[in-house]
Amino acid sequence: MLQDKDRIFTNIYGRFDRSLKGAMARGHWDGTAGIIAKGRDWIINEMKASGLRGRGGAGFPTGLKWSFMPKVSDGRPAYLVVNADESEPGTCKDRDILRHDPHTLVEGCLLAGFAMGAVAAYIYVRGEFIREREALQRAIDEAYAANLIGKGNVNGYDFDIYVHHGAGAYICGEETALLESLEGKKGQPRLKPPFPANVGLYGCPTTVNNVESIAVAPTILRRGAAWFSSIGRPNNVGTKLFMLVGHVNTPCTVEEAMGITFRELVEKHGGGVRGGWDNLLAVIPGGASCPVVKAEDIIDCPMDFDGLREKKSSFGTAAVIVMDKSTDIVKAIARLSYFFKHESCGQCTPCREGTGWMWRVMERLVRGEAHKREIDMLLDVTRQVEGHTICALGDAAAWPIQGLIRNFRPEIERRIDEFSRNAHRVEPVMVAAE
Amino acid sequence: MTVRRLAEAAVQPAAFAFKGEKVAEAQRWIAKYPKGREQSAIIPLLMLAQEQEGWVTRAAIEHIADMLGMPYIRALEVATFYTQFQLKPVGTRAHVQVCGTTPCMLRGSEALMDVCREKIHHEQFHTNAAGTLSWEEVECLGACVNAPMVMIFKDTYEDLTPERLAEIIDAFEAGNGASVPTGPQNGRIFSAPISGLTTLTDEKPLLKANRDRDARAAARAAKAAVAESAKPPVAPSRAARAKTDAIATSPALKSPSPVKVAPSVEKAASAPAPKLGAKAANATAPEAERAVRQRTAAPADIAAAKGVASAGRDMGRPALDDRNRPAAIEKPAAVDDLKLISGVGPKIEGILHSLGIYTFAQIAGWKKAEREWVDGYLNFKGRIERDDWGRQAKALAKGGVAEYVRVFGKKPV
Repeated sequence: MLQDKDRIFTNIYGRFDRSLKGAMARGHWDGTAGIIAKGRDWIINEMKASGLRGRGGAGFPTGLKWSFMPKVSDGRPAYLVVNADESEPGTCKDRDILRHDPHTLVEGCLLAGFAMGAVAAYIYVRGEFIREREALQRAIDEAYAANLIGKGNVNGYDFDIYVHHGAGAYICGEETALLESLEGKKGQPRLKPPFPANVGLYGCPTTVNNVESIAVAPTILRRGAAWFSSIGRPNNVGTKLFMLVGHVNTPCTVEEAMGITFRELVEKHGGGVRGGWDNLLAVIPGGASCPVVKAEDIIDCPMDFDGLREKKSSFGTAAVIVMDKSTDIVKAIARLSYFFKHESCGQCTPCREGTGWMWRVMERLVRGEAHKREIDMLLDVTRQVEGHTICALGDAAAWPIQGLIRNFRPEIERRIDEFSRNAHRVEPVMVAAE
Repeated sequence: MTVRRLAEAAVQPAAFAFKGEKVAEAQRWIAKYPKGREQSAIIPLLMLAQEQEGWVTRAAIEHIADMLGMPYIRALEVATFYTQFQLKPVGTRAHVQVCGTTPCMLRGSEALMDVCREKIHHEQFHTNAAGTLSWEEVECLGACVNAPMVMIFKDTYEDLTPERLAEIIDAFEAGNGASVPTGPQNGRIFSAPISGLTTLTDEKPLLKANRDRDARAAARAAKAAVAESAKPPVAPSRAARAKTDAIATSPALKSPSPVKVAPSVEKAASAPAPKLGAKAANATAPEAERAVRQRTAAPADIAAAKGVASAGRDMGRPALDDRNRPAAIEKPAAVDDLKLISGVGPKIEGILHSLGIYTFAQIAGWKKAEREWVDGYLNFKGRIERDDWGRQAKALAKGGVAEYVRVFGKKPV
C-alpha cells in the first residue's frame, strides 16, 4: 500500500494549513531555484524518465509533450495552459487540488513553464469552480507576495500565472476548444494540425496540460524520476488520484499507486460495494466516456492504462463509477448519452446530429420500446460517429453505448421482449429520429 | 447542443454598466491578457455582469462587447454557447442547480429534482410565484464523490438527502441562505471517506522538517553501514549465526561419538540439554556453552570419522562471548608475523587475526585461562601449552628473532 510519505498531494482533504506557509512546511517550493538551475533539458529528460503519463484521460507522456515545444523562439512568446476545466462526469480530483493543495499546481506551472520556455501560464478553471478559483487565486497571490513567481523572482525565471475561467461547457476540456474559449470565442475545437505546440494560444506555441500532470511535476523533479517510476507497473507508473463514485459505501477521492486492483481500492478506501461484492453489477472505470465493464471482469483488474485497455475500456481520469444491481444500467448510459448530446458543440455534423439521435434511441431502449434490429442499427451509428469528428467528443459519446451493447445486450433485449408482450396495453408512439 | 435564446424584449433592461467594485474587477480581468487580446476577457466579464444583475441581459452583452472592442455577434455567440450564463431572469434569492448526470443520478439526484418541482416550480427555469426561487438540472458540476449535490450561486451543497435539500431551499427562501453551511451536509470532511480517514491521518510525517530528519537518519545509517563493512573484521560476532530455539541446534549438544561407548559414558560427556521452550532455551544456552566439556578421543578416531569430528569440533568450540576470551584489538599499523611462533601456520594466523590477535605482546600477555580458551577455540588439545607459545611470544616481543635465538638456541620456524 502507498504510504503517506509517498503521497504527492499531502493536503488533499484540506485538513492542514492550506497557505503558502503550510505548503512549504510540507515540502513544496523546496529547492525550486535549484531545479531551475539544472536547466531545461534536465527537467524534460527527468520527466521523460519518470514515465509520467498525462492525467487528463488520454495518457500521453508528459515529458514528451513538453519536448515538442520549440527550443528556440522565433519571436513569438510561448504559453503554458493548464486545463482545469474538469467536467468529465465522475471526475473531481482537480477540484481538491485547486481548493486544498493549490501550491503544488503553482509551483508546477513555474517549473513546466521554464522547461518549455513559456512566458506565462493561463489556468483555465471551469466556471462552476468558483470557490476553487478563489482558493487558487489566493495561492497565486501568496506566491507573488513571496516573490516566488513574477518578474525578478527568487527562482530566477520570470514567469506569470493567470487564472481564467469558463462558463459551463464540457467541450472546453478539449485542448483546442479550451484555447478558443480562452481567446474569447465559442469553445469549438480546432482542426489539427497545426498542433498547439506550433500554433496555440493567440497563434503562439502552447502546451496544454491537465492540472494533476502539472501538480505532480515538482515532487517528481525533487524526489527523482526513479522514485516515481518505482511505483506501479511498467508503462503505468506513479501515483494517481482515484475517485470512488456511485454505489460504494464511502465515496471518496484518494491518492493511490497506479495498478492497484479494483478490489483493493474499493475495500480499502470505498468501504466496499454497497450490499457486498455479490451486489456489484458494473463499473465505468474512468469517467463518463469510458465503456462500462462488467463486475466479473473488473474485480481483480489492475487500475491503470494497460489493465483497463485489456478489458476494452480505458483508464481515463480514474473516476471509478460503481454501479450495484439496483442500477438501471440502460438508463444510466442513456443519461450519459443525454450529457453528450447536451455538451456537443455543434461544429461537426456526425456529432451534433448523432449524439441527439443516439440519445433518443437510448431513451426508447430504456423502456424497451424498440425493435431488436435497432440495437445493431444503434451500434452501427456509433461506429459512424466515432472517428469522424474533429475532436474526441464524438468518440466519447459512442463508447459508453458500445460498451453497454457489448456487455448488456441480453438486458436490452429482455426489455424489448417485455415491452412487446405488453404492447397491446399501450398505444405505441413512434418517435421520429428528427 | 441546446437552443438558447435571449430573453424577450419585454424583460430586457434598457442599459447596463458595471457598478462599484465590479468596475475595477473588470479592468483587472482585461489586464490579464496581452495587448490586442482583450476579447479573452469576455467570459469573466459576462460572469461579473451575471453576478451583478442576476442574469445576462442583452444590454450587458452589448456593453461588454463595446468594452472589449468586439462585434456584437461574437459576444452573443459566447453568451448563448456557454450554459452557465442565465439568459432569462432566475430566482432572486436562489437559483438551485441540481446536478443530474449519471454519478449524481446513481445516488439519488432524481429525488432532489422532485423536491425542486414540488417546492419551486414543476418546470425548470421558471421562478416560483414570488420570483424568489428557480431551479434547473445541470450537467456534471464536478463534485461526484459528494453526490448528490446542488449549487446555489457560488456555493455547493453536497451529500444531500431530499429532506435536507427542502430545508436548504426553505432557508434561502426565508433569506437565510448565508446561514446554511456549504459543502457536505452529512458531516464528512470534504472528499474524505465518511467512515474516517484512510490516508493522511497525521500531518507530522508529512512535514518537511520531519521527513528531512528521517532522511538524514537513514543516510547516516546507510553511511555507517558502508563504513562498517569497509572496516577489517575486528572480531567475529554472532550476527550471522542462525537464531533458533530448536534443541537440536544447541552447541552444547554433541553428536554421537564415533567410538562405541556405553550410553552412560556418552551422557556424561555431554552437557545436559536445555529445557524446552524459547525462553528457557535462551536462558540456558550461554551456561551450557561455558559448561561444555570436550570429549577426549584418540586422534585416530577423529581421523576415522573426520566429518563427525569436525562437526563435533565446531560444536565444542568455546563461546566467543566467554569472559576468558583474550582481549581483541583493532588491526595495528605494524602487525607481527605470528607465524614465527612454532605451531602457528598461515591458517592459524588467520584465525588469530580474526580474533583480534595481531602482536606477540598480546600472546605473551595471555593468562592461563585465556591460553586454554584459545586452545579450545583452535581445538589444539593443549598444544599451546606444549609448544609454550607464551614464552616464545615473550621472547619475540622483547627482541625479535635475535632474542628468540638467544632463548631457545634455534631460529624460529
